[in-house]
Amino acid sequence: MAMAASEIERLIKAAIPDAEVVIRDLAGDGDHYAARVVSRSFAGLSRIRQHQQVYAALGGRMGGELHALQLQTAVPQMEKSK
Amino acid sequence: MSDASNPESLTRIADLVGKNDIVLFMKGTALFPQCGFSSRAIAILDRLGVQYETVDVLQDPEIRQGIKAYSEWPTVPQLYVRGEFVGGSDIMMEMFESGELQQLLGAEAG
Repeated sequence: MAMAASEIERLIKAAIPDAEVVIRDLAGDGDHYAARVVSRSFAGLSRIRQHQQVYAALGGRMGGELHALQLQTAVPQMEKSK
Repeated sequence: MSDASNPESLTRIADLVGKNDIVLFMKGTALFPQCGFSSRAIAILDRLGVQYETVDVLQDPEIRQGIKAYSEWPTVPQLYVRGEFVGGSDIMMEMFESGELQQLLGAEAG
């Protein structure tokens, strides 16, 4: 069971509209991805909550259809350094 | 993942999390991790030289399902420190690189 990178990006952006999403296909098999998601909506949230928002956006596919997604989340740099 | 996990498995998980200061729910064992993410989590803990317990979710389907509901986290490995869910291997790696994990686990630097 594999999932296209574009589909992952689409789902994340549908749930987190301002998200900047960069996805890398780690193994070239459409099954092992790394994603970096940057959104202002993450401001003030713990890392766990940030990741949970992305998992929620993927709507239960994580751990099933989508086996391996390395995830990195961040708040846009400008917001951080004032 | 749609089936509700039974309360008994959640109680068992709470018990494991409560009685071990540092516990990693993983696929396989510390010696033979069965997944790259679990292997990475073990490598980080070993590097920090801390004492930890592991729970092999592959040996226990109820815990394997239950742990996801317990933490509202869809994947394994999962690290718990003093009763608190810390995160999976990506968060562990980020915290390791920033030095936060060393601090949390009371490990010597380096």
